[in-house]
Amino acid sequence: MTNNYSLSDIASQVRRDIVRMVNMAASGHPGGSLSSTDILTVLFFAEMNHNPEAWRRDGKGSDMFFLSAGHLSPVYYSVLARSGYFPVSELATFRKQGSRLQGHPSIERGLPGVHVASGSLGQGLSVACGAAVTKRLNGEENFVYALCGDGESEEGQIWEAAMFAAHNRLDKLIAITDWNGQQIDGPTDSVMSLGDLEAKWRAFGWEVIVTDGHNLDEISAAYKKAKAGSQNGKPKMILMKTEMGKSVDFMQGTHHWHGKAPNAEQTAKALSQLKETIGDF
Amino acid sequence: MREKFENTGNKDTRSGFGAGLLEAGRKNPDIVALCADLTGSLKMDAFAAEFPERFIQCGIAEANMIGTAAGLAVSGKVPYVGSFAGFVTGRVYDQVRQAVAYSDTNVKICASHAGITLGEDGATHQIMEDTGLMRMLPNLTVINPCDYNQTKAAAVAIAEHHGPVYLRFGRPSVPNFTPADQKFEIGKAIKLIEGIDVTIFATGHLVWEAITAAELLDKEGISAEVINIHTIKPLDSKAVIESVARTGAAVTAEEHLIAGGMGELISGLLARELPSPLEFVAVDDLFGQSGDPAELMKLYRLDAQNIVLAAKRAISRK
Repeated sequence: MTNNYSLSDIASQVRRDIVRMVNMAASGHPGGSLSSTDILTVLFFAEMNHNPEAWRRDGKGSDMFFLSAGHLSPVYYSVLARSGYFPVSELATFRKQGSRLQGHPSIERGLPGVHVASGSLGQGLSVACGAAVTKRLNGEENFVYALCGDGESEEGQIWEAAMFAAHNRLDKLIAITDWNGQQIDGPTDSVMSLGDLEAKWRAFGWEVIVTDGHNLDEISAAYKKAKAGSQNGKPKMILMKTEMGKSVDFMQGTHHWHGKAPNAEQTAKALSQLKETIGDF
Repeated sequence: MREKFENTGNKDTRSGFGAGLLEAGRKNPDIVALCADLTGSLKMDAFAAEFPERFIQCGIAEANMIGTAAGLAVSGKVPYVGSFAGFVTGRVYDQVRQAVAYSDTNVKICASHAGITLGEDGATHQIMEDTGLMRMLPNLTVINPCDYNQTKAAAVAIAEHHGPVYLRFGRPSVPNFTPADQKFEIGKAIKLIEGIDVTIFATGHLVWEAITAAELLDKEGISAEVINIHTIKPLDSKAVIESVARTGAAVTAEEHLIAGGMGELISGLLARELPSPLEFVAVDDLFGQSGDPAELMKLYRLDAQNIVLAAKRAISRK
C-alpha cells in the first residue's frame, strides 16, 4: 500500500500521524517522534528485511527492531501500521483505554511488531544484544536494530550494553541514536553533557557512523554502510544528527514539545505544514 | 518422626541449582545461562564447561544481563540468569519489572546467597526483601526450594514452565532430605508431616527447622502439621486453607523479612478466607550482619526453637 509512495511522502504522512495521534490522545511525545521519523521511515520502508504480515514475536528469519526510547511510540506505531503490521485505523486508539497502542510499547495485548515493552529508558539496547546473540547461536544472518535517544544515553545501562556488544563482537547489531540534542528539562548540553558521543562509542569498540538524520539518501547510505560491515566483528552505532520537532516550525529545535500535545489550533497549524500523501487514518 | 526425613548429608542448595541447570541444559538445547562474574559462586561452572557457546559471561553489569536475557527469551531461548539474590532483584528491579515481568519473557532469574545465611559478608549482601520484591510483580512465579535435591528438581522443572520465574536458594550447606528422584510441581505445596494442633508453613532453609520443631513439639504432646511451601507465588491457597481449617492455628517460617514474605501472603489469605491465629517466624524490619550462618539464624530467631515457641503462641490464641 505504500509501494507507490516515495520515502519522503511516507515520512510526511508519518509526521501527520504523529501530530494527529498525540492531539487525539491529548498526550504523548511529538518532539522525538518527529526527529526520528526519517530514521525509521528509511529503516522500515527501505532497509530492514522484515515481513509485517508474517510477523512473529521471536523474529525468526527476519531482522528485528527494538525501540529502546519507548516514548517515541507515536512514530513507532505509525511506521508499524503504515508498513502493514496492523490496521492504520487503529492509530486512532493511541493511549485510549483498552488499546493495543499503550502510551509506551507493551506486549500485553499482542500488538504485532512489538517484541518487548519499553519506556523506562536504557533497556532496549540490552534486549537487542540478547536477540543478536540468539541469531548468532541459531546461525541466522539477520540484523538486529535498536533506536535509542541521546538523552537516554545518560543511563548507565546503555554503556553496559555497549561493553557487552563489543566484547561479544555483535557485528549484526545496528544501534541508532536520535541525536537531537534535547531532553525533557532542556538541551542535553545543559542537562547532562554527552561530550564527544562519537569518540565515546568508538572508545567502547563500536564502528561509528555519523550522519544527517533528516537526509533520506544519507540515512540509507548509513544503513548500507553499517550492513556492509556485518562480518567485521564490531557492533554499529549510527549517530543521526536530528532536530527535535522536525518539520513543524513551532516545535522544531526546542525541548518544549518533548512530551506535550498540541491543541486543536496548534494541530491545524502543524498539519498545514505537513503534506497528506497516503491519506490520514 | 525424624526417620521419615533422613538427612543424607549436608549440601548447599546452590549446588542443587548448578546440577539442575546442567541437567536441564542437556535436555533442552535452547537453554542458555548468563552470569555476572559469579560463575563459581552460582555453581554454573559445569554448565559453562559443557556448553561454552551457551554460557554468556556478562561481567559486573546486572542491568544489562537482565535486558540481554529478555532479548534471548523474546527470540526463543530459555535464559537462566544467575547472581546473588540482591543483585538480580533490588539492584535491577526496574529491568526485571519492564523487560521480564511486564514483557512476560521466559527468563529464569536464579538467585543464590538469599537471606541471612550468606553469613560473613554482612547486610549489604544478605537480602531479606527479595521474595517481597519479586512476588509483587505480575506474571512472575516465585520459588524457594528447601534443600539440594529440591533445588535441583526445581531448576529442571522451571525450564518446562513457560514464563518468568524467580528461583531463590542459598549458600550454606544444609540437610538434604527430600527424594533425589522427586518431580517438582510448581504451585503445589507438599505436606511433610500431618498434625492436628497447628500448621507450620515453611519455605527454603526453614523447612528442615520446621521438621525439627515438629519433633520437639511432638515430645511435648503437641501435634504439628508441616507443609513445605516451595512455591510462594502462585500460593497453593487450597492446601493452606484445608490445613488450617483442621488445625485452627498457623506458624509461617522463612528466611526473609516479615514484610513481603510468604508469611504475609498466608496471613492475608487467612484474613480473607479463614481468620485464624498466626505467628511469624521471620525477621521484623531489620538488616542482617556479619557472622556464622547458623549462629545468625539463632540470633535472628529463625531456628527450630523459635518455631516451637511460635507454635505454642499460635495455639494459645485459638
